[in-house]
Amino acid sequence: MQILIPILILAAIAIVCAVLLTVASVLFGIKEDEKYVAIRDCLPGANCGACGYSGCDAYAKALADGSADKTNLCVPGGDGTAKTIAEVLGVEAEDVVEKVAYVACNGRCHTVDKKYEYVGEKSCRIANMAYSGDRFCTYACLGYGDCVAVCPKEAITIEDGVARIDPRKCIGCGLCARTCPNGIIHLVNDTTRVVVECSNHDKGASTRKYCTNGCIGCGKCQKNCEAGAITVVNNLAVIDYEKCTNCGKCAEVCPVKCIHEGNFICGAHF
Amino acid sequence: MKELILIFMAGVLVNNYVLQQFLGICPFLGVSKKFDQASGMGIAVTFVMLCATLATFPIYTYVLVPLKLEYLQTIVFILVIAALVQFVEIVLKRFIPALFKALGVYLPLITTNCAVLGVTLNNITDGYSFIESIVSSLGVGVGFWLAMVLFAGVRSRIENCPAPKCFKGLPVTLVSASIVALAFFGFSGVVENLLK
Repeated sequence: MQILIPILILAAIAIVCAVLLTVASVLFGIKEDEKYVAIRDCLPGANCGACGYSGCDAYAKALADGSADKTNLCVPGGDGTAKTIAEVLGVEAEDVVEKVAYVACNGRCHTVDKKYEYVGEKSCRIANMAYSGDRFCTYACLGYGDCVAVCPKEAITIEDGVARIDPRKCIGCGLCARTCPNGIIHLVNDTTRVVVECSNHDKGASTRKYCTNGCIGCGKCQKNCEAGAITVVNNLAVIDYEKCTNCGKCAEVCPVKCIHEGNFICGAHF
Repeated sequence: MKELILIFMAGVLVNNYVLQQFLGICPFLGVSKKFDQASGMGIAVTFVMLCATLATFPIYTYVLVPLKLEYLQTIVFILVIAALVQFVEIVLKRFIPALFKALGVYLPLITTNCAVLGVTLNNITDGYSFIESIVSSLGVGVGFWLAMVLFAGVRSRIENCPAPKCFKGLPVTLVSASIVALAFFGFSGVVENLLK
């Protein structure tokens, strides 16, 4: 009998708590928007921010309450996600323009000399603070892998001191592009076949001194482009992808081979 | 009044739960990576400690003591605190969504925090009155917040230090935590003489 009292008291306290919680959840509980839950479930959950919202939850919320009307903002999710979201919302699906990132720097360690020996923290952001990094070319990939660290898909590796992005793994979220202190990672549509892999704005003569692969702004590509898609701006060839036909002429004529053509990009989303 | 200030300051500095009594170490190491998170966690813990004391003290005095069931206090307090945190979560979500959002994931994390349980139990052991208990838990909460914020600052410096490879990550964090704790031992004896 003695032992029963504590057990009963404990049980009573537990029951009171349970009843209170149940009452509270019935009285105060908020139902989560069904739409929101459904949309959140079909988003990939990478929280990469490519859609322009602070994460998958925020995008789902914006879609559910109507403040976002575009269902095709999720680049990692691709067409499939856009379609399911459109189904949930009951609107017409739009195709997602799938993106892929590339590093606009050719410079391997053996072609770009170092101007000093950097022994600090292995971080592009910090190295960049000391005289724009240890490379002679101030536009070069620093190679300390800040982009590698942020990539959610482990698509980036440092090869010969330069970041390389595997287009098959890249989901086009653009985190690396936002992280790169030199801003030399760009996003292009995954149908693109030609890219200028250089960001150097120096005059040709000085570029030549420290980089054999750097764009010297000779303008050969501009002259040979049949679509008129290339212009040399500030000693650097720039491709206008609205006009580019992916013919690859520019890559052929480039004397320093800084325009690249090939499957390395279009294979992104097989 | 003097007594209350003493209890409060003792909670913040001398009997700092994290750095002196080593309670609540898991959030101390877990969420001290970033300043905002550490601060959010500290505020959430303070809030829950206050609520927990408000709930457990009456239950102890008016239910357990008359029935001579004081030995049940640990299990009853765990039960009550867990239920209370759930309840607070539901209510906050409904009425103060901004605060709910700010506290975020920390609220449910605190449900089974030993520092929260510790403060309610210690209030009883120390024989505090109701008001003293509340002041004590407020002080302990502020002390917890202080430790979190201080350590978040220390940690952000450690992140940028070239620690030897074998020390990288948790080891260097634990070593620095012990040094911060050591620094806090300097406060023992301070408060007693503060109001003399």
